[in-house]
Amino acid sequence: MYKPYETSFRAQRMSIKEKLMNISFWYVFFICLLAAIGVTMLYSAANGSWSPWAINQLMRFGVGLGVMIVFALIDIRLFMRYAYVFYFFTLILLFVVEVGGHVGMGAQRWINFGFFKLQPSELMKIALVLALARYFHASSLQSIESVKGMVPPLLLALVPAGLVIIQPDLGTGLMLIMTTTAIFFCVGVQIWKFAVLGIGAVIMAPIAWHFLHDYQKNRVLTFLNPERDPLGAGYHIIQSKIALGSGGVFGKGFLKGTQSHLNFLPEKHTDFIYTMLSEEFGMIGAVAVILINFCIIAYGYSFAFKSSSYFGKILAIGLTTNYFLYVFINTAMVLGLIPVVGIPLPLISYGGTVMLSIMTSFGILLSVHINRNISVGKESSF
Amino acid sequence: MNRDNDKGKVLLKRSLIMACGMAFLLLCIIFRLYYLQVYQADKFKMLADENRISTRLLIPQRGIIYDRNGVVLATNEQNFQALIVAEQTADVQQTLDSFKKIMPLEDFEEERIKRDLKRNKSFVPIKVKDNLTWEEVSKIQLNAAELPGIFIDEGLNRYYPYGEKMAQVLGYVAAVSDTDEKDDPLLEVPGFQIGKSGIEKFLEKRLRGKGGILKMEVNAYGRVMKEIEETEGVSGENITLTLDARLQEKAFDAFGDESGAAILLDVHSGEILAFVSTPAFDPNAFTRGLSHQEWNALQTNEKKPLVNKAIQGQYSPGSVFKPLVALAGLESGAIKPDTRYFCAGKMLLGDHPFHCWKHAGHGYLNVVEALMHSCDIYFYETAQRVGIDKIAEMARRFGLGEKVNIGLEHEKAGLIPDKEWKLKRFGEPWQVGESLISGIGQGYILVTPLQLATMTARLVNGGYEVVPTFFPIDDRNLLKIKKINVSDAFLDIVKQGMFDVVNQQHGTAWASRFNYNGMKMAGKTGSVQVRRISLKERQSGIIKQKDLPWKYRDHAIFIGYAPADNPKYAVAVLVEHGGGGSSVAAPIASKILYQSLVLDPIDYRKH
Repeated sequence: MYKPYETSFRAQRMSIKEKLMNISFWYVFFICLLAAIGVTMLYSAANGSWSPWAINQLMRFGVGLGVMIVFALIDIRLFMRYAYVFYFFTLILLFVVEVGGHVGMGAQRWINFGFFKLQPSELMKIALVLALARYFHASSLQSIESVKGMVPPLLLALVPAGLVIIQPDLGTGLMLIMTTTAIFFCVGVQIWKFAVLGIGAVIMAPIAWHFLHDYQKNRVLTFLNPERDPLGAGYHIIQSKIALGSGGVFGKGFLKGTQSHLNFLPEKHTDFIYTMLSEEFGMIGAVAVILINFCIIAYGYSFAFKSSSYFGKILAIGLTTNYFLYVFINTAMVLGLIPVVGIPLPLISYGGTVMLSIMTSFGILLSVHINRNISVGKESSF
Repeated sequence: MNRDNDKGKVLLKRSLIMACGMAFLLLCIIFRLYYLQVYQADKFKMLADENRISTRLLIPQRGIIYDRNGVVLATNEQNFQALIVAEQTADVQQTLDSFKKIMPLEDFEEERIKRDLKRNKSFVPIKVKDNLTWEEVSKIQLNAAELPGIFIDEGLNRYYPYGEKMAQVLGYVAAVSDTDEKDDPLLEVPGFQIGKSGIEKFLEKRLRGKGGILKMEVNAYGRVMKEIEETEGVSGENITLTLDARLQEKAFDAFGDESGAAILLDVHSGEILAFVSTPAFDPNAFTRGLSHQEWNALQTNEKKPLVNKAIQGQYSPGSVFKPLVALAGLESGAIKPDTRYFCAGKMLLGDHPFHCWKHAGHGYLNVVEALMHSCDIYFYETAQRVGIDKIAEMARRFGLGEKVNIGLEHEKAGLIPDKEWKLKRFGEPWQVGESLISGIGQGYILVTPLQLATMTARLVNGGYEVVPTFFPIDDRNLLKIKKINVSDAFLDIVKQGMFDVVNQQHGTAWASRFNYNGMKMAGKTGSVQVRRISLKERQSGIIKQKDLPWKYRDHAIFIGYAPADNPKYAVAVLVEHGGGGSSVAAPIASKILYQSLVLDPIDYRKH
């Protein structure tokens, strides 16, 4: 069959050297810059000590860089071929965790492999984007705009999202739904369908509520209303705002954040690390981090626009949206704009799983860019 | 193919919209940062400092109180206390057990320690025991190895070296209570003590000083990370009183077990040299904190140790009022220096009998003799002729019937009745019979011992209107003291009478006379009935004072001064239910005046 975009056979098979040459230098530079800021803040969070966080984070980032390069070198058609396999594999892991969670403690979200803990919900963020990208790559605009065509991708999204929510990890569950919504929006689903789905969700909510356990209901309620737990989430957000505000324009200086170092600020090495950064480096530091993130997101879009394959475009947009959601939800949360949810700031917050999954998605994004001229067939074949 | 192109176009259009949306949301984050970090920065900086900085007030040293010779009456003593810091010991219980081996702890003390430990963070020091002696402190320090987490801390405790002997003047300090006015943040400091009565209360603001301020950086759990700055406080002002500790002690001891009051004055300045109310309480116990039993014992004691009898006790003056009646009589012309009345032991007004204390009567007496013998009939006659209004007016000139405003709490004004007062109070006219009993200092008249001392000083200092005070009077203020409008000649007659009371063989206080280097004392006795003597008892023989229950015995009063020829010291002594003025009060007054001549603490100053 004649394929107009496939100009030469050479373009379909790139050497490793060619691929490495095609890695976007500035993209990797911004990622490393953010990671460096993160390690610096973790050094400060430990009151000026490399242990316990900064040194670990640095090593993880090193591993993450390796993972990123490996994924960058993978041919985009392989992602296409194994998208569903990967998706269903992750879904099974989610079920395992859900069952294990029942047996074990209240909210176990990971599978312990001894040397590292696998968090399937984190994996699902990538797997879902892959699965949706593959689905929409193959479907026509008529199918996208039809009601029937919406059923498979909706199921792809709602099944894992539901599983994650009842874990209960409402933050991650909502992130899955928002990423899905963004992809639906981009591929051209009519606006009125979002409205219908929104209304449907509101109607379904009470029924879903009925099936939740008491401890799950409690967690959901606390998420919706932090005042339920005034010494917990409510206290955290007040202290976070004080820390941020008192930083002013220029900040209190490295290692000199009083709110952070006198322990008024909770979780300063994980979810609230952006607050500590803003306290010590002021608005200048805080805006700088936003701008770097803006660059990373902008590059993600440019990868999408440059990609010649629909699959690559959706993949780039979906993963970039996922990254954007991390950044926005975390910063908006510590700034007191939205309720407190346990979403870390990628590359800066301390944590291995998110580091690994984010670096993996950067690797896939780089792969989209490297393979921008590779055409991808509608079926999964080279 | 066409559809594929459309699919690509839709994706491009939609993803551009979404990119703009994301850029917009990031812009919102930046605006929010601006709002918090620029617009509201000052508010949050303040809140962060409030979080971070904890201020502690440092208690200033309280002013020391001295007597006129520089003897310390109230001071601050080091108080050693043992503290425990839970986080500095592996096992709190074990440390406490070791502590108990060295020094026993009561069960309730141990309970309090455990309760405090539970309530506070583990780095907060908790008091184990205070008021440790030197031996106890060294014992703890010797055994420091077995007492991990135990520290010795020193603070200051108010201490009164003269204990109960000065209690009614100085008062005491104790912890701030809910009813105290909170006019100073120092009052909120745990363990801070303020003056609760006496001079300690009167001069509270001067004695207190100003608290220092210690600013500290604390973390979220309240642990002190470092000191930021310390502002030194100002110690309280040291105060010198006019009291003479030696005379105060002698005067207090002169009472023995009796209940009463004595005030010794410098007659020319009004400076108070001794001010006794007995029995009293131990102010050191109040400062330490009283147990329930101790408090109940003080409250239920019939001799009322908590009442300052010198200013709160109101008594009929009895015969010590007679010098004023004599003065009123002489000034009004009702009697002349040589007027004589006949005392037959009783007189009739209408058909109502009025008795003299001497059943057999004194015969003919002039005013000097009447004072010497304290003849009641003479003063009935005088009072009947002078009338109550003139007597009351004379009494007021000598300081009766109104407060001295000495500075101590609950001072009473006493009562000097006149016709207008009676009409107002009872709506009935004054009766002549009431004038008669007023003439011997009974009836409605009420005075405080301090007023009697004032009266005595004014009678013998040449008629100057001195006002008693605890604070030194300088020469300029001495010259400002006005003269009372009363004839010196009449004052001399009264003084002659008071001299004879002590120094004539038949004077009522003859037994209490002394002669110290030619210096003698003079005075006037008084005995005040606290019960009514019925006609039946009068006929069958009046019961002897010592046979009556304590609370039915007469109050014994004596006012006196010395040296008799050139007065310097005046004293008023009141012994509650003491029996007789001559037998109980005069000897006490005599001892006090004798000692004041021996020690002679004041310079001779005259107006």
